[in-house]
Amino acid sequence: MASSPYTGVDLRSEGPSEGVLKLIIAGRLDSSTTGGIWRRASTAVNGAHVANVLIDATGIEYCDGAGIALLVHLRRLQNKANGDLRIDGLRPEFADLLDDGVARVVDVTRETARQGIAEEIGQATVEVWRDIQILVSFVGELGAGLAYAALHPQSVRWRDALHVAEAAGVNALPIVALVSFLMGLIMAFQAAVPLRQFGAQLFIANLIGLSMLRELGPLMTAIILAGRSGSAFAAELGTMKVREEIDALKTMGLDPVRFLIVTRVVAAVCMTPLLTIFADLVGLIGGAVVMLSLGFPLITYFHQIQYAVSYGSLVGGLVKSFAFGILVAGIGCQRGLQTKSGAASVGESTTSAVVSGIILIALTDGVFSVVYYYLGV
Amino acid sequence: MASGSEREVIIRVADLKAAYDGQVVLDHINFEVYAGEVLAILGGSGSGKSTLLKHMIGLYQPAAGKVLIDGEDIAAASGAARLKILRKFGVMYQSGALFGSMTLVENVALPLEEFTDLPPEAIRLIALMKLERVGLSGVADRMPSELSGGMQKRGAIARAMALDPRMLFLDELSAGLDPVTSAELDQLVLSLARSLKITFIVVTHELPSIFTIADRVIMLDKQEKGIVAVGSPQELRDHSDDPRVHQFFFRQASSEN
Repeated sequence: MASSPYTGVDLRSEGPSEGVLKLIIAGRLDSSTTGGIWRRASTAVNGAHVANVLIDATGIEYCDGAGIALLVHLRRLQNKANGDLRIDGLRPEFADLLDDGVARVVDVTRETARQGIAEEIGQATVEVWRDIQILVSFVGELGAGLAYAALHPQSVRWRDALHVAEAAGVNALPIVALVSFLMGLIMAFQAAVPLRQFGAQLFIANLIGLSMLRELGPLMTAIILAGRSGSAFAAELGTMKVREEIDALKTMGLDPVRFLIVTRVVAAVCMTPLLTIFADLVGLIGGAVVMLSLGFPLITYFHQIQYAVSYGSLVGGLVKSFAFGILVAGIGCQRGLQTKSGAASVGESTTSAVVSGIILIALTDGVFSVVYYYLGV
Repeated sequence: MASGSEREVIIRVADLKAAYDGQVVLDHINFEVYAGEVLAILGGSGSGKSTLLKHMIGLYQPAAGKVLIDGEDIAAASGAARLKILRKFGVMYQSGALFGSMTLVENVALPLEEFTDLPPEAIRLIALMKLERVGLSGVADRMPSELSGGMQKRGAIARAMALDPRMLFLDELSAGLDPVTSAELDQLVLSLARSLKITFIVVTHELPSIFTIADRVIMLDKQEKGIVAVGSPQELRDHSDDPRVHQFFFRQASSEN
């Protein structure tokens, strides 16, 4: 069978004469050849407008599901036009396939329920509202979980928390170092040109010190955390959800929030300020490289920074990074738990974790700016 | 088809050796699969059933020996030649492995879209006919996650059949299904084998299913790292004096461990 002498398919039509169109199909009618004659056969039957179509199938040597589909399709076309279609000479083993009830498939066209714009807006609103509700209840659960952990520190699985801390904190050091070093370096370098015109290059130190410690250190660290760890939390918890591991925890009487999420949030919250301090420091070093190349001694640079930056700025930045840590880890875990089923859903959760994380970081950063302004920090 | 006297050998496993990281799981495996038969691969957990299956379908490279499908070595083939061999069989994975991001009918249509030049309406019609054959045309536009386990397996069989392969490999056909669904799947396999002359290679350890569908079984054993028995299930149950075969068919606990 594999070595059939003729591997193509042939379609000829005769007539229509005396109200009968004759289609002669010969050769191998399988999934690789049927496509070649599908359109022609359909047009022939459609265009003839005759009451009777006769398919001469004597020459069909082999016919698989695709071939049967063609015959079914032609019959259906002809029936729709209130005509009749007869198939002659089809070998019994193939005719069996045709009569096997397979041809019962009724509706070929997909029911595509097009939504109106009003319906779409409505649905989106309902979804946003539901999302807010879920978030609020999650914040409550997480708050309760964290409070319980604070009151009963022995209930936290510290070993897991340490693992997460390593993955989210220690392993992030290289990328945090790279980004902050370059940021300090580039900012200093960019500022050097305009400040030279005023002979104020020394104030590069003020620029780097203030912007790194107050704003960019915490912000960049948080964004890296969202990209590295928020997404990882969402993917891990999402896969656990899909594999029913979350359900398994629940039926064992273990609260997933306390068991999985508190450890992650605690670990991330401990790590973010530390990473931020590290980022601040490396950023300052990046600035120092430019200052040195401009001919300022290191000691001048550091005196200038000490003079420009208060402890308030440093602590303010760290408080901010603390909040970012909770948000990024929390939203990552929450999106993971919200995963529905299937691989695509895990992908959606992961994307959503990073996007929501970054949005929350930006919003919170704005709130902190206003608060710090009024507090005079 | 093979005309009369000699049965056509469709798959030949020759002196196959399977190993993970140097640890040999199967060794000196030799057997044939004949066109049109339903062959069951049996064995307890860890006996290498799925490993053998994955070697036969070319997912794993054998440590030694070869698997010939229609006379061609699947592990040695690459590019277009490999694709040609892959087109000859379909595989149903243990959990169905339907793509979660596509509807059922899209899952079945995928191989048709990728490997044929059929127009879209033809592809949908063929996909629906495959689904009708496994009794699922009513739920064609549902997502796999909305289907029960048995339906997912039937959908996976429909997808495996999309290009009308001559052979179907089924991994753990009835594992995790209720007896009724499991019996329905057995009937489906029998009807496909009978009407479409598809050769089935089924990995299973469900006794009722083995007796219903299998023409022939080969039994693997963990200690032996190979085949301990070949024959029809009735024959093995009634006439084998190998204690391991006896234990398997009469559900007796192994005395050694």
